[in-house]
Amino acid sequence: MTNASLAQASDLAIWTSIVVLALAMVAFSVHLAVTGSRRTRRADRTAREDVPVAAGAGRAVPPSPAGVGSGTVLAPAPDTPAPTRRWGVVGLQLTWLGTFLVVAGTVLRGLSVTRAPLGNMYEFALFTASFALVVYSAWSLRKDRLWLGAFVVVPVLLILGAAKLWWYTEASQLMPALDNIWLVIHVTVATLSIALFLIGAAVATAYLLRDSAQRKGEVRGWLAALPEAVKLERITYGVHIVAFPLWTFAVMSGAVWAEQAWGRYWGWDPKETWSFVIWVVYAAYLHARATSGWTTRRATWVAIAGFACIVVNYTVVNLLMTGLHSYSGVAN
Amino acid sequence: MATDQQARQRIESSYPKDRTTLGGPRLGPLGWARWAWRQLTSMRTALALLLLLAVAAIPGSIFPQRGVDPVRVRQYFEDDPGLARWLDRFGMFEVYSSPWFASIYLLLMISLVGCVLPRMRQHLRAVRAQPPRTPARLGRLPVHRHVVLDAAPDDVVAAARARLSARRFRLREEEDGALVVAAEKGFAKETGNLLFHLALLGIIVAVAVGHLFGWRGEIIIKEGESWTAGAGTFDTLSLGPLVDESDIPAFTVRVDDLDVQFEAQAEGAQFGQPRVFRGVATIEADGSERQVGFGVNDPLSIDGTSMFLLGNGYAPVVTVRDAAGEILFSDAVTFLPQDNTYGSDGVIKVPGAEPGLGFAGGFLPTLDISEAGMTSSFPGLVDPALVLTAYEGELFPEGRSQSVFSLPTESLDQVMQDDGQPSRMLLRPGDTLEIPGDRGTIEMETVIRWGGLLVRHDPGRLPALLFAGTALVGLVLMLGVRRRRVFVRVHPGAGDPADPGSRHTGLSVAALPKGTDPGLDDLVDELVEQIAGASGGRVLEPDRATGDAADAARDDARDKDEV
Repeated sequence: MTNASLAQASDLAIWTSIVVLALAMVAFSVHLAVTGSRRTRRADRTAREDVPVAAGAGRAVPPSPAGVGSGTVLAPAPDTPAPTRRWGVVGLQLTWLGTFLVVAGTVLRGLSVTRAPLGNMYEFALFTASFALVVYSAWSLRKDRLWLGAFVVVPVLLILGAAKLWWYTEASQLMPALDNIWLVIHVTVATLSIALFLIGAAVATAYLLRDSAQRKGEVRGWLAALPEAVKLERITYGVHIVAFPLWTFAVMSGAVWAEQAWGRYWGWDPKETWSFVIWVVYAAYLHARATSGWTTRRATWVAIAGFACIVVNYTVVNLLMTGLHSYSGVAN
Repeated sequence: MATDQQARQRIESSYPKDRTTLGGPRLGPLGWARWAWRQLTSMRTALALLLLLAVAAIPGSIFPQRGVDPVRVRQYFEDDPGLARWLDRFGMFEVYSSPWFASIYLLLMISLVGCVLPRMRQHLRAVRAQPPRTPARLGRLPVHRHVVLDAAPDDVVAAARARLSARRFRLREEEDGALVVAAEKGFAKETGNLLFHLALLGIIVAVAVGHLFGWRGEIIIKEGESWTAGAGTFDTLSLGPLVDESDIPAFTVRVDDLDVQFEAQAEGAQFGQPRVFRGVATIEADGSERQVGFGVNDPLSIDGTSMFLLGNGYAPVVTVRDAAGEILFSDAVTFLPQDNTYGSDGVIKVPGAEPGLGFAGGFLPTLDISEAGMTSSFPGLVDPALVLTAYEGELFPEGRSQSVFSLPTESLDQVMQDDGQPSRMLLRPGDTLEIPGDRGTIEMETVIRWGGLLVRHDPGRLPALLFAGTALVGLVLMLGVRRRRVFVRVHPGAGDPADPGSRHTGLSVAALPKGTDPGLDDLVDELVEQIAGASGGRVLEPDRATGDAADAARDDARDKDEV
């Protein structure tokens, strides 16, 4: 049984969340621009006045290491106010609102069909977006992650937009192959790890951009609003070592389910093949990071390649390849 | 620069011209073997092989695979035989059993063994060994703090030992009165690493065992029909290389009832999607009989063998009578669904007629007549119809075996109607129609369902599951546990000679991570605080830089929000 009014409420919540998240994206972008330009200006000034400014606060400012590598100054200069966080906080609050709306939309969708909303591509997309936003929101409560906002909100908006425009599926019941407890276990963990990989790829992108700017010795504009490259790299790795075991579990639980449903735990169905490819590529990333002779830059590119494989697995495999995992629910 | 070159020239002139007389390291066969082994087992090679494995797996998702979908492979050969032949030469239709794919993962396995075995030996030694001695200059370690406490040196050492033990560090045994503590923790990381890689090998072995000792067969069973397992009774049967036909256990399965329902409410792509797919079967094995429900995701389990409900379709019950009204044929005939609306194809063979009579055509669960012809608009039985054309002639030419789903049309002639058109009959349940040319009648009594069952025995599946679980545990340990070494040194009497009343005991705490370890700073901070607290002394000089002047600046700059 499907409840039409709940399904409509879900659609409304998702549309609203798209508007709210678009505003959040704008606010986060302004935050990056404002913070970046302030830091750049401050760095320029301290680089110019090589002599510490002792007036005012009466505290000596160490010379900036701008010439050496990074362009940011870590100790605040006395005559510049701390970079404003107003825009970033607005973006964060909008993101919390958007998170609430996406989660509400997903839950309403589930209520409208009285089952876990994991039955088709549209619902996977909602779940992935929810997880990415929830993880980011929870993280931002504990640490300062304003700089990451734009990097998370933009891909989430892309997912929600694509889900609404191309993958939308009427709320309805499950096909029997999906009507199983493993659906909840397998798909929940898979979407959670995809959400984490998405955040990982976002930080990795930030790292690669910031790192190449630092190498050139000119960290200007919004790049100056990002943390140091070393720190970004560490966060990238930290996110991936959480996501990778989850993905491993998702693949394994998928195998257990496949054994029950199709009589074999591994059969090189396109979805299985791509899940394997993703697993191997991320395993290669973890190895690359520990291999001497491989720079962290190159290793990070492997992680980005892993995320590209996830995108292929989510789109090309679902929509174009014939296999047993053909329940995208999207009409050809 | 000039002197440099002169020096080089002088050295070169003293070199023997004939390199073979040089007694240096020339590689013999053993040396080359060792070199090759070292190359193969290096991390870099493993990494290259991993990336290669990922790339090599992709073609298998692009081209149809024989093991997965042989029909589409055949289609590929028909559509473009030239290209298909070339692709086949490179094993593109059997990627996962092709030699080049196998060579990648076998090399990877060898590389893995070559990497894991020495590491196991090393790890065993490390677990048994004591933590290493405290280095002389703690200021050189990546994380270090130094404070001066108002406490007795012995108390500080005791406090440090107690705190580190409480945090489950292993401590190095020191002599009495030693003013250093060396501690180590996180061996579970390497244990997890080794466990994970060994379990991966285990999974591959389990898969191989399943392949060698397993078997699978397929069988279509109609409602009410009984089927007894045995080598000859399957529609298709494939045995593993080390399995004998006699290994197939004997049991009987009767499908009592099948319940299949389709989505009739939702619109769009969801309309007509299957919703319920369950059945009830009676199993007879080892002299006992039991009735069990089964369905998709809920296989039957008999004697270490599982039966999976994978397909379903319709079987119209058809009776053919001759002109005199004698029954020539009466049975449920399996029709195979061709699409999502269950428009199905099938044939009826009536060898009892003289000459042999055959019918070919389609079964449409929900008849829909439009300009495009007759199709099915819904997979459920709303308005079922059987559309047939009749053939006459030799049904089994020369006794050759043939599919039950096709007629040998080359030895048959189509039966024509009186108006010269090919014969065409449309039957609904309960209908009886004349076969043109006074050949008798055909009746469709009713429609029953059939289930397509996969019977499978895989002795490797449980070991594979156990190894997979082990691998996961290993992975979590490997990535979650941090390997850390912490060193403490206590400096008695370090401090202010102007104030001899206070005990100026210096405390240095330093830590050495293995790999990325952003939490180490916090650990050392906490340790300093706790040791100071536990030794009962107040901190006289907090966090005095131990070595380089850069430290103070670095600590200032240390970002507060780390992962």
